[in-house]
Amino acid sequence: MSDETMIEVNNVSMEFNLSEQKTDNLKEFVIKFIKRELHFQSFWALNNISLKINKGDKIGFLGLNGAGKSTLLKIIAGVLKPTKGDVKLYGTIAPLLSLGAGFDPNFSGRDNIYLNGAVLGHSRAEMQEKFDDIVEFAELGEFIDVPVKNYSSGMKSRLAFSIATSVNPDIIILDEVLSVGDMSFQRKSKDRMNNMMSDATLLYVSHSVGSVRNLCDKAIWLHKGSVIAAGEVNEICNQYETYVKNL
Amino acid sequence: MSQIQIKELNTFSKYKSLLSELVRKDIKNKYRNSVLGVLWSLLDPLLSMIVLTIVFSTLFHRVHDYPVYYLSGQLTYNLFRSGSTQAMKSLVGSANIWKSVYVPKYLYVLSSVLSNFVTFLFSLIILFGIMLVLRVDFTVYMIFASLPILIILIMAFGAGLILGTLNVFFRDVEHLYSVFCLMLMYAMPIFYPADILPAQFKFIQTYNPLFYLLTCMRDCFYYGKLYSLTEILIPTVAAFVLLGIGIILLRKYQDRFILYV
Repeated sequence: MSDETMIEVNNVSMEFNLSEQKTDNLKEFVIKFIKRELHFQSFWALNNISLKINKGDKIGFLGLNGAGKSTLLKIIAGVLKPTKGDVKLYGTIAPLLSLGAGFDPNFSGRDNIYLNGAVLGHSRAEMQEKFDDIVEFAELGEFIDVPVKNYSSGMKSRLAFSIATSVNPDIIILDEVLSVGDMSFQRKSKDRMNNMMSDATLLYVSHSVGSVRNLCDKAIWLHKGSVIAAGEVNEICNQYETYVKNL
Repeated sequence: MSQIQIKELNTFSKYKSLLSELVRKDIKNKYRNSVLGVLWSLLDPLLSMIVLTIVFSTLFHRVHDYPVYYLSGQLTYNLFRSGSTQAMKSLVGSANIWKSVYVPKYLYVLSSVLSNFVTFLFSLIILFGIMLVLRVDFTVYMIFASLPILIILIMAFGAGLILGTLNVFFRDVEHLYSVFCLMLMYAMPIFYPADILPAQFKFIQTYNPLFYLLTCMRDCFYYGKLYSLTEILIPTVAAFVLLGIGIILLRKYQDRFILYV
């Protein structure tokens, strides 16, 4: 572990407009516009979050539903632009933000390995080299030529995790992706994170506090868009568990 | 070169493999589960050519080698229509990917246009085949068709950026555009001679940049001559205007896409 900064989150706030998102066709928009129903209904999902994450940190995010965990990770991954503030990354990133995201459901696992690799910035030749490793680690075997839409959620998560870790990213984001894997795969992924990915920075979201303790060395507790506490993983997990028990 | 341009070039080389992967995916998707596969991009123009020739070649008997006349127009129109239509749908269609990993969004639009260019190249085989059968001369001017083809691609890319951005916010843009394309088809002399249009309606040709491109393509393949400078300049300007508007629109609104898909 070093003091080299990997991710800098500076005063990030995120505002959503709740009413805006309901209109998705021209007809409704015109009717609402004429009736003057296009009012603004604001909702702040994140309030002024600042974080500094170092190289090799393994960070678990805790919090109830709607705490802003996924929103924050989407902003760090660069798919969502914050209303205020900014995020700086000092390395390559492999985000697994939701199950099956980044796959084309009609394509086989094989094609999706190349597609997903290209999305993460790796050429077909590079992915060809890693191909056997990926398939073996994902335990897909002969299913590799079956369309991904026919995969179980466990298979999808194993393939996604296997691809994301094999391209050696500096930062890896896991948002509830591992929780569908069975015990043996969870153990395997933990080993992989500790050995192969020991230099990588992990941002991990799970509602299972046990797995956060298992995989992470630090934790951040979010509540209604603000950081409540941050620090050593067991300490924060204990605080969080006491809070949840008293709800 | 400014700092920003260098940065954009870097990201482009990084995403070059993604672009080729996306084109590959588009083409594979198109022919998935079809027994005839790529043969469809040959059969489609061939069958419509046969029907149109049977129906119209006697009506427009003054048009010699009617099948070549029709195909050179139809393929041009089709390259624009299918390219821009697929580009329009590409942003919503690929939401699954760009919602989870950051990728420059224009890549999806560009890959749709390029994959349609590949199918266009396949269908050129039919045009060449028919030209051989009807003994229409292969002239050196056919090489000059590459310029109007490039302009059609730029135009389809620009239109695709504009429509794709609108389509994220208003899904009915897809339906409106398919009606527009139908009107566009009948407004162009694809299966009828250009001069049958009454003088007071001539404007639907003079104000249509695609009409000039169709003329250019027909000059190269059918008449075996070089197009005039104005015929290529007008659509070139139009294509770059569309591209400019498309880039501005995408830049302005792309950060909000994720909230609407």
